[in-house]
Amino acid sequence: MTRKRQRLILVLSGLAALGLATGLTLYALRDNLVFFYSPTQVVQHEVPVENRNIRIGGLVADGSVQRPAANTIHFAITDMVNTVNVTYTGLVPNLFKEGQGVVAEGRLGPDGTFLASQVLAKHDETYMPKEVIDALKASGQWKGN
Amino acid sequence: MVAELGHFALIVAFVIAAVQATVPLVGAHRGDDNWIAVARPAALTQFLMAAVAFFALMWCFVHSDFSVYAVYNSSHSLKPLVYKIAGVWGNHEGSLLLWILILSGFGAAVAAFGNNLPPALKARVLSVQGMIGVGFLAFILFTSNPFARVFPAPEEGMGLNPLLQDFGLAIHPPFLYLGYVGFSMAFSFAVAALIEGRVDPAWARWVRPWTLAAWCFLTVGITLGSWWAYYELGWGGFWFWDPVENASFMPWLAGTALLHSAIVVERRDTLKAWTILLAILTFSLSLLGTFIVRSGVLTSVHAFATDPARGLFILAFLVAVIGGSLALFAVRAPALKPGGLFAPVSREGALVLNNLLLATACATVLLGTLYPLFLDALTGDKVSVGPPFFQATFVPIMLPLLGAMVVGPMLPWKRADLGPALERLRFTFIAAGFAGLVVYALVSGTSLTAAGGIALATWIILGGMTPLAQRVFRRGAGGADRLRALPRSAVGMSLAHAGIGVVVLGLTALLTWQTEKDQVLRVGQSMDVAGYTLTLRSVGPHPGANYIASRAVFDVAKGGAVIKTALPEKRAYVDSTQVTTEAAIEPTLFGDLYVVLGDADGTGGYAIRAYFKPFVHLLWLGAALMVLGGVVSLSDRRHRVGAPAKSRTPGAAVAAPPARAAT
Repeated sequence: MTRKRQRLILVLSGLAALGLATGLTLYALRDNLVFFYSPTQVVQHEVPVENRNIRIGGLVADGSVQRPAANTIHFAITDMVNTVNVTYTGLVPNLFKEGQGVVAEGRLGPDGTFLASQVLAKHDETYMPKEVIDALKASGQWKGN
Repeated sequence: MVAELGHFALIVAFVIAAVQATVPLVGAHRGDDNWIAVARPAALTQFLMAAVAFFALMWCFVHSDFSVYAVYNSSHSLKPLVYKIAGVWGNHEGSLLLWILILSGFGAAVAAFGNNLPPALKARVLSVQGMIGVGFLAFILFTSNPFARVFPAPEEGMGLNPLLQDFGLAIHPPFLYLGYVGFSMAFSFAVAALIEGRVDPAWARWVRPWTLAAWCFLTVGITLGSWWAYYELGWGGFWFWDPVENASFMPWLAGTALLHSAIVVERRDTLKAWTILLAILTFSLSLLGTFIVRSGVLTSVHAFATDPARGLFILAFLVAVIGGSLALFAVRAPALKPGGLFAPVSREGALVLNNLLLATACATVLLGTLYPLFLDALTGDKVSVGPPFFQATFVPIMLPLLGAMVVGPMLPWKRADLGPALERLRFTFIAAGFAGLVVYALVSGTSLTAAGGIALATWIILGGMTPLAQRVFRRGAGGADRLRALPRSAVGMSLAHAGIGVVVLGLTALLTWQTEKDQVLRVGQSMDVAGYTLTLRSVGPHPGANYIASRAVFDVAKGGAVIKTALPEKRAYVDSTQVTTEAAIEPTLFGDLYVVLGDADGTGGYAIRAYFKPFVHLLWLGAALMVLGGVVSLSDRRHRVGAPAKSRTPGAAVAAPPARAAT
């Protein structure tokens, strides 16, 4: 074992690890990215129609929350310009409330209703998800700095 | 007055840190003993001042002095005392102060206990610590003064986020910070060594205990956070691959790699440049973690404030520290003397493999965490990278590491044959395969993957113990003496490795046999989950210290007999409009029964979610074993700070060379 050979082996195994990581990452990024859209983008059909998970975010529209059953909930996500109706089955987070920021993950149904598999509200009542702020800014409805 | 005293102490600490950052460094360069001698009193005084400031802020919190903005913003007079104290670090300014306290505490520890460090090295280490201190003290004084006053003083505080009013979480940040900041020691030693241009086994002996201690603290901190998420968030999850979790996980991965590569430097005087680089990267990742968590660039629970000036400052600091240290590395590293040679199959080779895989895993986590930021900056697309990404990248990289971590400690240094090592592991291998097969055959619902997971876990747990067992149960008498004579570092390694195996076992069981059920129940109705029958008896109000809960009473029956009462709650806090979910978690021998009370439907029905979480306690047990292993290894006399290096004679090293701690 010479010093040169040892260095060669180290460099090659380093490259192999790097290659492995790159391959796995590229493969994983192809399928596992979840894109975020604002209600306006959804309404204006900027959302690709492929059958994949997306996130939409905004505020829970005032007066939109309905509970046909204790664990089913209908509500609307709005950026104060456009609105998307959402259906979700399961427990909503504690901070889920009309007028609060919300992010829903799921698929867009054929009738334009969003079928959420997950509803995320953040852990702090004064905190607004950054995506929601950006969506509100994009619709010109953000009142803050 | 107390607040002003604290503020003043911080300013004094800043000035002292500036002196500590420069005078000893120049002194070490010139060989001036008087200048070098400044390091010790400076480090001790800086710590004293930081402590004064910290306790001043704590005084303000305990006495609910709402004229101090930080107190007003995150405390409330009705809060229990322990959460008033925890409130000190429950906000941006106070958590920064805690960071500074710990940073100066580590510096003071080196100053006080590092008596047999070479004086010049010690001076340089303390100088680098001083530089980090200057950066953080400037940050706190110029952008986030914890003692800022509000006028007029409000009558009552805003309250602490109720989710954070929990004992596990109250002590989570201090442990996490002890870990993060503990890696600053490795960093300071690395930079000092680069300035001196010399790295030797003695250096590694100095660095390892600090790194190991930091690693233990970080492990505790991460586990506490995960445990909190499990029982407090009401979703039954323990790890979400959330950016802030990743932020603490990356330094852990890099720190784990650093622990292992430092062994090679210590024992074989090689891999020096790589170890230095790892030390720099580990602390850089700690800083990056702080930046991610505190700056609000990523959506997270932990983002307190999104003041752009702060973000910019941290970013600049990050660039200065990482860029500066890497530049120094680029200039100085080639001058480091190359060390001993080793064959690819050898203990060194195994540790290199460990480092490669851990570093690669860390890189994929880093990429997944920062990718949304990059994409947003470059294209404006908003994406989230969720658990599927990390499962597809992180897990395949970790699997070979988990398999190999049993073989590595069996290999002798320098040059080895895989044959004899595997030969000594044949029973472990058979036992592991047997365990997987038995579970596959006997337990319904076991997939091949799950059987593989069980086999892997058994392989790691037994394999971790094998080197110890083979030393103790060698032919001949005196096994008990040999048990006592085992180096603590070897015992520590076995415990920590077994801990990893226990975690793998818990994960496998949880992912395979977890059951979840959502149902709407009225009072008197029942639901079944995993062989238990839950009957809703009543739902009613239940007052607590600073909240009013709506509490459900469930009879938990198994085989027709009621064995437990489960009491899930929803709490409404008086100082906040926020509601929290308190899941009822009923531990059993085989796992936790986890019941969550959801919303009422207005007609007498309640949404109930119930889980059975098989063997979830193994996750915490495994983490505890890892920490225990670290602590046992730390108690090894060779690791005792300042203990003279005593060469161990490898007595009767037949096939087994003395296993060194590889926690």
